[in-house]
Formats: sequence, structure tokens, C-alpha cells
Amino acid sequence: MIINHPILGPRDSAEFTYMGDAALLDRPDWQAKDALAQFINYGYLRDNPAGPHQELWYHEQGDRSFLVVTRDTTTHEISSVKLANDVARSRGRST
Amino acid sequence: MRYSGLRVIKEALTGHKGWKPAWRDVAPQAQYDYIVIGGGGHGLATAYYLARNHGAKKVAVLEKGWIGGGNVGRNTTIVRSNYLLDGNEPFYEHSLKLWEGLEQDINYNAMISQRGILNLVHSDAQRDAFTRRGNAMILNGADADLLSTETIQKRYPFLNVHNARFPIKGGLAQHRGGTVRHDAVAWGYARAADQLGVDIIQNCEVTGFRIEGGKCLGVETNLGYIGGGKIASCVAGSSGRLMAKANMRLPIESHVLQAFVSEGLKPVLPGVITFGAGHFYCSQSDKGGLVFGGDLDGYNSYAQRGNLPVVEDVCEGAMAIFPMLGRVRLLRMWGGIMDMSMDGSPIIDRTHIKSLYFNGGWCYGGFKATPASGWCYAHLLATDTPHEFAKAYRFDRFEKGWMIDEKGVGNNPQLH
Repeated sequence: MIINHPILGPRDSAEFTYMGDAALLDRPDWQAKDALAQFINYGYLRDNPAGPHQELWYHEQGDRSFLVVTRDTTTHEISSVKLANDVARSRGRST
Repeated sequence: MRYSGLRVIKEALTGHKGWKPAWRDVAPQAQYDYIVIGGGGHGLATAYYLARNHGAKKVAVLEKGWIGGGNVGRNTTIVRSNYLLDGNEPFYEHSLKLWEGLEQDINYNAMISQRGILNLVHSDAQRDAFTRRGNAMILNGADADLLSTETIQKRYPFLNVHNARFPIKGGLAQHRGGTVRHDAVAWGYARAADQLGVDIIQNCEVTGFRIEGGKCLGVETNLGYIGGGKIASCVAGSSGRLMAKANMRLPIESHVLQAFVSEGLKPVLPGVITFGAGHFYCSQSDKGGLVFGGDLDGYNSYAQRGNLPVVEDVCEGAMAIFPMLGRVRLLRMWGGIMDMSMDGSPIIDRTHIKSLYFNGGWCYGGFKATPASGWCYAHLLATDTPHEFAKAYRFDRFEKGWMIDEKGVGNNPQLH
């Protein structure tokens, strides 16, 4: 697979380490009342869709950036690649 | 009809006109006591043991494709019980014992061949770990044999013992391990279950669950609604997809694992051998092809095919220990979809929905577990209590902190 890195252009997916569902960007608030239940969900339960899936790829053999890649799990086709930083900021986070 | 040598001779003399289909082709009834979703090895074994061990009368197996067309026909056919942890080893040893008596039990030649499995050791630390694992196996009634480099060299002269990077420093052997003809397992269980009155319904895809007041009453299928007293999901690989129809999120990701077969060779490999420094395992089929595999591709996938970097990695693993294979050509390769669970171990449990049960999360160890999985799942379904060998395989082990993590890599499904 080729991942079209927003900064570096098309790169071989073998340069990346797969880090799982992009929902992992949204770490629960540890002070919330139901923090335990939220963290069990966050740590252990997954949507695991057959179809478009947003996931984290870490460019370990490259610029060490985290990317949010939207990829179809039934065809391996990649439809969008964004810097995880940008995605987090667009959700109102500082980093 | 019982299969036997005499029967073969009789049929040979009478033009093979007496053979009957191995199981009936039936339309679904309106209501069953048990509906097993998924006609793979585990589903068929579950139905068989429900009827055989628990006297269940009205059992249906719903298969969306055809019998033998899923993961039971896509694996690398290895059976073994060389696990370390208490939650696992008694279960897998029970499975191996069931394999040993399976052909007589179901009156079907599954070509069970206890040719042994050898896990190679490449460092002192690994020898310590494998010694510990061997001891755990023996404590649980399995067999384990720690072999020296000299013994290995004598028994397997083709192994590259002196690889500069990964010298072979010994190995842990389980002589009762081996291989089984995987399709025959599906066909044999299907036939045996059918003879006990189980309805096997092919081309019947479950499209939804009928759930009222927190209780599952039946399933919607492409052949219409089918009611069931107890509904048993048994579709490892597609568990996420199926259970999403009941609005359940699982501690599972679906990943693709590739498998390979080489061109046919004369007998060269006496048993199953695994490389301990990379991820590579290999056996030779009775047809002569080398059957081998390695790591997952490593990302969520429902596509039954993988990518080339893993092919290269697996073949490099082969060359590291079997340099003699350098000129062997690959004949076929394919991918199968695995339920990769958060701790690398399976789940056989009730769900929070009444009458809906779950069996899945087999990672890539599902084939060897087939008999015990069916045995324990049938026990859970019939008695509503977990079987003693499968009581660790519960849903709530993640929140309770009772993970069964053989590899110790935490909640990274792609690494198990």
C-alpha cells in the first residue's frame, strides 16, 4: 500500500507502524465520573467496521509524524490522509 | 451410512452407486432450540457436541456460504497444545485429546497426523522461556520435550543450525502435535452432526437479530425469520460485523493473515517446524506442498488477501532456517480474516443480551481449538455455565484485569 503523506508525498506503508483505530486520539477525561467505563471502552472495545475505517499510522521510518488514514478495510483503498495533529486541533485540542 | 474399509470395497465392486450425500440439504424450520450462526469448524463442532453430549434435538447451523468455504478451509492445518498460561493450556490439551479420538468418534478420515511440532530456540533467554512453557505443558498433562542442538541436527539435518544471526540453540518439541486435513474436519463434523439430526443450512446469511426486552428471540436471514431458544454466534473473522447487528462492540479487531503453499516436493519436512527468531511456521502436506505462514499484515482488514511486504518477510524467515528451499517456487497464497482479540485469547461466553451467546476472538489459533471450542461452547449453551476448561474465556476479563496474554504485548491486537 502507498500512503500519501500530507508533507512527504507518497510513501510505502512498510515505513509506517500501524497504531489502530483513530478513536484512540480521543482519550477520555480521567476525572470524569464514569472514567473507568470510558477507559474500558477506550482501551478494549472497537467498532471494527467492514468498510471505511479511520486509523492511526505512525511514520516510524520517516518523519515520526502520526497520520489519520481513512482506508476501506474491504479493499485496502485509501481515501484520505491527514496529519493526526491537524485532526486533533480541528476537534478543539491544543495539540 | 457408516464409512469403513469394507464399505469402500463393496462400493468399488458395485460401481460406487451406493454413496449418499454426506449431509442433508434442508430448508430451515420456523423454530429451533439452538441456532448456531456460522458453519465453520467451530460452529459444526458446537452443533455436533450439542446433539452428542447434551442430547439437543432441534439444532440448526446457518452458514452464509458453503460448508468448508471459510477459515476452516483457509488455515495451515496445525494442531498442538503448547501454551503457557493456565487459562489456555488445559483447554488446548483437551482439544488435542479430542483430535486424537476424533476420527473414530465421527467416523470420518480427517487425516490426523501426529507428526510433531518443533519450536526452535535461538537464544539463551528463549531457551529459558521455552523450558518454562514446556514445564507448564507437562503440569497440565500435555507432552513437551526440550531438544538439544545435536538432537535437532540429527533429526532435521537440513536446518541451518549455524545461521550467523540466529543460530539454532535447541528447540521445544511436542511430539503429539501435528496436522489435520482441514476440509475433512468441516465435512466430518457436518456429516456427524447431520446424522444426529442437526439441520445444516447453507447459503443462509443472518441479516439481523430479533431482540425484544433484552432477549434474543431469533434471527432474520435471507431465507426469512428463524426463531431460536438460544442463538449462538460462531463466526470468528466476521464477529465484529455480525455482532454489530446486535449493537455490540467487541474487544476484537479483524486482521488478515496470509498463508502459502509451495509447489509439490518429495517428503522433506518431517513435522511442523517454527522459526523462533522471526515469525515463520511450516509443514508439508501429504500432497507434497510446503504449507507455511508468518505474521499478520498488521492492519484492520476484511479483504481475504494480503500485501507483498509480508510475503517477503515470511520467505526470508523460510530462507533463514531452510536454505535448501531457495529454489522452491510458491504455488498459491491467500489471506484469511482473523478475529484478533485484545489479549490474544478467545471468548466463549454469554452476552448481555439474554439467549445470545458468543464464540470468537480466536486470533490465528482457531483451527487447533476446533473440537474443544465446540465441546465447551455446547456445554455453555446447554447448561448456561461455562465449561471448566473455558471459564477464563469471558467477556469481562478486560475490565476485571484477568487478561490471558500469552505474548505479553497488551491490548495491541495486531501484535498477538
